[in-house]
Amino acid sequence: MHQVIELKGVAKRYDSAGAAPVLGPLTLRVAKGEALAVTGPSGSGKSTLLNLVAGLDKPTEGAVTVAGRRIDQLSEHALAKFRREHIGMAFQFFNLLDDLTVTDNIQLPAQLTGTSRRKAAARAGELMEMLGIQKHARAYPGRLSGGERQRVAVARALVNRPALLLADEPTGALDTVSGHDVRNLLMELHRAGQTIVLVTHDLSLAEACASRSIHLVDGHVALDSYAQAVR
Amino acid sequence: MILFGTAAMGRVVRSGLGRRRVQTAVIAVATMMAVASAVVAGSLMVAAAAPFDHAFGKQQGAHITAQFDPAKAGAAQLAETGKLAGVTASAGPYPSTAFRPVDQGGFQLPTLTLVGRSGPDGDVDRVDLKSGRWAQKPGEIVLDASFEGPAIGIGAGLKASHTANAPTLSVVGFAVSASKTADSWATPAQVDALASEDSPSTVQMLYRFDSASTKERILADRKKLAASVGSGALLGTQSWLDTKRAADQGAAATVPFVMAFGMLGILMSVIIVSSVISGAVGTSLRRIGILKAIGFTPREVVRAYMAQALIPAGAGIALGVVLGNLLAVPLLADTEAVYGTVSLSVAWWVDVTVPVAALVIVGLAALIPALRAGRLRTVEAIAVGRSPRTGRGQWAHRAMGMLPLPRPVTYGLATPFTHPVRTLAMLLAVAFGTVAATFAVGLTSSLTAVGTSQDPEGRAAVTVTTTKLNNVAPPPPPPAGGSAAKPSPAGGSVASPSELKVADPAKVRSAITSQAGTSSYYGKAQTEVAVAGASGSVQASLYDGDSRSGGYEMISGHWITGTGQVVVPTRFLERTSTKVGDKVRVTYEKETANLRIVGESFDTSGSQLEIHMDMANFASAEPSTFLVEVKTGLSADEYAQKVGAVIRPLGGDATTNAPSGQEGVILIMSAMAVLLTLMLVSVAGLGVLNSVVLDTRERIHDLGVCKAIGMSPRQTMSLVLSSVTAIGVMGGLIGVPAGYALHSLVMPVMGRAVGTTMPSPVLDVYEPVQLLLLGLGGVVIAVLGALIPAGWAAGARTATALRTE
Repeated sequence: MHQVIELKGVAKRYDSAGAAPVLGPLTLRVAKGEALAVTGPSGSGKSTLLNLVAGLDKPTEGAVTVAGRRIDQLSEHALAKFRREHIGMAFQFFNLLDDLTVTDNIQLPAQLTGTSRRKAAARAGELMEMLGIQKHARAYPGRLSGGERQRVAVARALVNRPALLLADEPTGALDTVSGHDVRNLLMELHRAGQTIVLVTHDLSLAEACASRSIHLVDGHVALDSYAQAVR
Repeated sequence: MILFGTAAMGRVVRSGLGRRRVQTAVIAVATMMAVASAVVAGSLMVAAAAPFDHAFGKQQGAHITAQFDPAKAGAAQLAETGKLAGVTASAGPYPSTAFRPVDQGGFQLPTLTLVGRSGPDGDVDRVDLKSGRWAQKPGEIVLDASFEGPAIGIGAGLKASHTANAPTLSVVGFAVSASKTADSWATPAQVDALASEDSPSTVQMLYRFDSASTKERILADRKKLAASVGSGALLGTQSWLDTKRAADQGAAATVPFVMAFGMLGILMSVIIVSSVISGAVGTSLRRIGILKAIGFTPREVVRAYMAQALIPAGAGIALGVVLGNLLAVPLLADTEAVYGTVSLSVAWWVDVTVPVAALVIVGLAALIPALRAGRLRTVEAIAVGRSPRTGRGQWAHRAMGMLPLPRPVTYGLATPFTHPVRTLAMLLAVAFGTVAATFAVGLTSSLTAVGTSQDPEGRAAVTVTTTKLNNVAPPPPPPAGGSAAKPSPAGGSVASPSELKVADPAKVRSAITSQAGTSSYYGKAQTEVAVAGASGSVQASLYDGDSRSGGYEMISGHWITGTGQVVVPTRFLERTSTKVGDKVRVTYEKETANLRIVGESFDTSGSQLEIHMDMANFASAEPSTFLVEVKTGLSADEYAQKVGAVIRPLGGDATTNAPSGQEGVILIMSAMAVLLTLMLVSVAGLGVLNSVVLDTRERIHDLGVCKAIGMSPRQTMSLVLSSVTAIGVMGGLIGVPAGYALHSLVMPVMGRAVGTTMPSPVLDVYEPVQLLLLGLGGVVIAVLGALIPAGWAAGARTATALRTE
């Protein structure tokens, strides 16, 4: 099976060389179309893992390969280029740009790749329709509900048709109803074949959306549902 | 830190200063620059007035120095003039004459006014004896202190003229008259003995009036004097206002532009300080909320934020005072030269007033945002610090998003609209920086034009003289109020004819015309003439041939084109109450000509009046110098050698003209302008830096988001830089016309300070391309100021930026 993510002996230390790593050493593979949920208590290394996969951070040791490319050795410029072409990200607090309209927020990653405004607008329209937010196209994020904002964030993450969608606590800042909406959205995306890595505290969300889950404790995989299934 | 309150507050202030190192440095540098400019401007203003006024007051200087014809006004009648209404004191009558002595080296000094006085004291003009003693018997002379030097000292002998039987006078002292009533003094009997048919004895009277502060009052007082004696008895007068202006002009010319820079500096520091503190408050809302939550009173918060402005400002002000004193030294030294031994330094009260005023201004600038910090409600401050931004500038993002430019650029272009006040501060900083640069470019161009226009002889490639160049006397001491005359072949006094071989001008002319490389030439002689209506001798340049290439810049009228014409400086018109078009009667040796004033020359060469005429007006005049232009492509050195080889055996000489060096004052002013501009432009750049740092810090989370979704470091950099580009363009569009206007305003004021108006070549110095480049200078200031924070934003770690609140 084609691997979208491949981590080999990856470890991350923030302190001096002798200190214990906050993550790993860790070896992990995520196949195309797989939805991996990463769970674990605070400080277990979930966000660090996500940052390493997104190329926002570099491992202290080991190799990170995403979409067939080893990203831990790329320059900042190459990483940015790689990210906008292959990775989409949705965050707990949405991280939408308040100054831009919904459409402009969604179009932004496409425009950064040099896609024409017409094409970017067409793709944004398509996603807004798919996610049911087209009526907010000209609105600013500050006027939307949490669920709607997260839909906008997901639309933005998908605008460049990334190989991988990373979602960091996507329902963490939402009320129950909105959280349910987002859960359904992720399930739909997974069904459509989108590879997803979902970091969450919410075990029910992990269970509903993910085809596989790993549980991190102190930077190590304490439980891997895939491994269990294989056994 | 206890000064500002408790130790806890000291810690808060220290941490605030430490967290905003860039802004702290910006406040310090901005105030330093403003204070330095203000100290220089203040010192020069004091220097421009104080020494003369002090010396004039101490000596009971003469408001009017009057020369009377002794044949038409007797001693008793003159003594009665001292009792006229308005006259508060008078002195005289003193016999007076003019003579041109020759020193022991054979060099002839300029024509000196000699006054016979039995002592230096009196009710008016108490002459200050600087060295030696007063003349007590015939054969002794006291000279103006400006003549004292290696060539002439106490005990030196001066021949009264270059004639063989002229008496020799012994120099017994050197003295200074603030009113410049004479160049030399002797006993009355000696003056009478030296008077001749060519230089008859006149009588000098000195007056002080109860009202003599304006030109109009002086004219009215003069009328009173003229009316009190018979017609034609009053030969001429000298006003103390002219003497004061001549004495002050070195520093006075500098004051307007230094003041302009000082004002710019103060305005910029006010903008920057208020912007920095507003920014500090704006970006620290949460911090302010927390401070209040843990028990800081509103007053303590105000004090904490005031301290964060006043501490760096205090350091900047202290440094500014030191820098200002250092910068003032060369300019004051130039002024000091005018007063001989009068010592000039920065007035103590300038060193006190300027920093105190700066501290008050900075304090007020910081007070408003600090009060805002103090008034913020605790809950509100914490909440505002965390909530999403308001919708300011969203329309701009929408509008800019439609531009056919890369998205990071359009995003950056819209950014300034998010913080209109901060943007305005940045815009003003860039505009003021551009104003300073535009003004300085114009000022230095104008000063260069002034320097060039004051050395018309320097434009010729080769100077050919009828005497050997090494026979030219060293420059005479500086005339009152003016700079030293240049040692010029045409201008110097030469050894007496008995000792000197002079080439026949006709042969020199023939040698020049027969040279193949001669393109054009004109002859020139410098001499003294008498002009009816002008007291004392008048310097004259007589031109032989087409002298247009060596002409002065004209303020009005035109350069001489033939006989019957004379070109005069502004001061001549003022002193003789004439105008262009009037006729004047000029006497050169025994010849007299009635000449029409055809032009007003631009001449800043001190108090001397120099007029320009065609040599053909006076049959006996002959050129002593020829100024030659050589044909294109020919070496001036080679030409000078060839002509020199022909005329040296005749007694003449030839030399190339070195590019004209600028006068000291002009050089100092240009250097000051460049220095002050660099400081202002740096401060403008720092102002931009401060604003962009604030902006970038505030937006670091958004930038992190952009980077997370794929914005490359280069795109991030272009986003930040484009956010200041429009401000740079606007700043340039505002700053260039404002700088242009400032130049148009200040140059005429500087001209008036030295007693002239400015001709268009000195005022119209800007080229369209230059203005365009200066406009782009606004963009350069803005981009350079934003470069560091842009680099910081581009290099910031995305994960860290995303975690930033």
